[in-house]
Amino acid sequence: MRDIKEAYKDFPILQRQHHGHRLVYLDSGATTQMPQQVLDTVNDYIKHSNGNPHRGAHVLAIEASKAYEGARDTVQKFINAAHREEIVFTRNTTESLNLIANSYGMHHVKKGDKIVITVAEHHANLVTWQHVCQVTGATLEYMYLDDYGHLLPGEMDKIDEHTKILAFAHVSNVLGMSFPVEELIKRGHAVGATVVLDGAQSTPHQKIDVQALDCDFFVFSGHKMCASQGIGVMYAKRQFLEEMPPFLLGGDMIEYVQEQTTTFNEIPYKFEAGTPNAHGAVTLEAAIHYLEEFGMDQIQAYEHELISYVLPKIIAMPHVHVLGSHDPNEKHGVIAFTIDDVHPHDVAQILDSYGVCCRSGHHCAQPLGAYYEVPASCRLSMYVYTRKEDLDAFLEALKHVRPTMGFND
Amino acid sequence: MEMDQLYTELILEHNADKTYKHKLAEATTSEHGHNPSCGDDLTLEIDVKDGVIKDAAYTGSGCAISQASASMMLDIIIGKPIKEALRLVNLFLGMIKKEVTDDDKLEELEDAIALKNISNMPARVKCAVLAWHTLQEALVKEEQKEQ
Repeated sequence: MRDIKEAYKDFPILQRQHHGHRLVYLDSGATTQMPQQVLDTVNDYIKHSNGNPHRGAHVLAIEASKAYEGARDTVQKFINAAHREEIVFTRNTTESLNLIANSYGMHHVKKGDKIVITVAEHHANLVTWQHVCQVTGATLEYMYLDDYGHLLPGEMDKIDEHTKILAFAHVSNVLGMSFPVEELIKRGHAVGATVVLDGAQSTPHQKIDVQALDCDFFVFSGHKMCASQGIGVMYAKRQFLEEMPPFLLGGDMIEYVQEQTTTFNEIPYKFEAGTPNAHGAVTLEAAIHYLEEFGMDQIQAYEHELISYVLPKIIAMPHVHVLGSHDPNEKHGVIAFTIDDVHPHDVAQILDSYGVCCRSGHHCAQPLGAYYEVPASCRLSMYVYTRKEDLDAFLEALKHVRPTMGFND
Repeated sequence: MEMDQLYTELILEHNADKTYKHKLAEATTSEHGHNPSCGDDLTLEIDVKDGVIKDAAYTGSGCAISQASASMMLDIIIGKPIKEALRLVNLFLGMIKKEVTDDDKLEELEDAIALKNISNMPARVKCAVLAWHTLQEALVKEEQKEQ
């Protein structure tokens, strides 16, 4: 097991200078950087084995298939899925959720039914269900939160016998918090609902066991865990995939095609139309191997250490307000905040001038912003390569924000 | 760009100046503009009589650049006929797109000329043009009413 404190050395991009400062990357919740190990793996693959998976009998097509399917096996083990065919490769979490909404939601929800989500959902896990409800006449119902991001008492009672789908984030991309996951999943199943868990912000940071969670669908993106952009995963229990119609149609997802009719390939291929992102799958497998050099438990403990270090310091700063819980034990990798009288966009711009990359905006969660009356915020998010020095640079740069905007604090 | 070149005194003054930040008692057109990516959100109200902008104001929330730009814009368009205001909008947009670079021609934009260098900051262009695009939409509606 490698010491995670050495991880930052693996990331070439972190050698960059920006505005005369060492680049401090604190936007891993948006996308993560790639270590040399992943870059080398995909480079080797492209140099030596690049081909179109599942097509052709020549050496490169075969090696490409092997690499692509090998990545599926690695993902299966990584999230402890029961079967390899329960792993469907997609472009990202958003596409995974669209697949579920279209191939499952549209066929299993009707007028009078409910889809229940939380008000903290990312647009990908919200607009999709809005659309299903608009088309089917079902009702989209929200579970609301207290001022510190916890589900309000009684909100879980909205999960009732009319609920056909319960969808929520494993970790919120704004609040950095988890809801009572096990309890929600049990409640969902108790009323016969199908449970969709959005793992975009959890999978990179903690050990995932989909069988222990017992969710029906689980989705995540590769690019938030050191793989490249454009590769994502939709996990579903096999009986769901068997029954669902395909989402995208075309090459590779077929069995027999005649002029007027087509039979489809078996799962998971029935959901993977067209040439897949084999390069992405190779990076995802390499990224998983990379993360496993440290172990997910060490990653989680290390990020907790970082959060425990920086969160109280941010909270103690005058004019700075942290969204959601102020308890480090409830924050996972993400801290969103606002600064009095300075718009987040200006905050991010000023931080950038100190070499600090932070997200600003509504973080694709506008209903949450409207609910808390915080239309936009800044967000610090971390990963394996984040160091205390980075957080110190961030805290130092943060002190300059209000003075730059003309406030004499 | 250094921060003191972006957040100049002029821009900070306009950002802090709330002269035009209110609702109008009477408005002939209200137009909503927003930057989905960063959360700038602005509602512009104009009161047009006999083809002239008698008054204008805005509400909403946005970054310093978007707020200052709105304030600078209202400084020069209140009291102008619709056509004249539209010409100024196009001049400003031309400046941001670097289509108009001659300072003599840009002079009539008054304080808004301070946003000229924003064209070098792709991430902030949308902030700078938000109020102007919103005004453009509102004025087009006013013109359609006239016809």
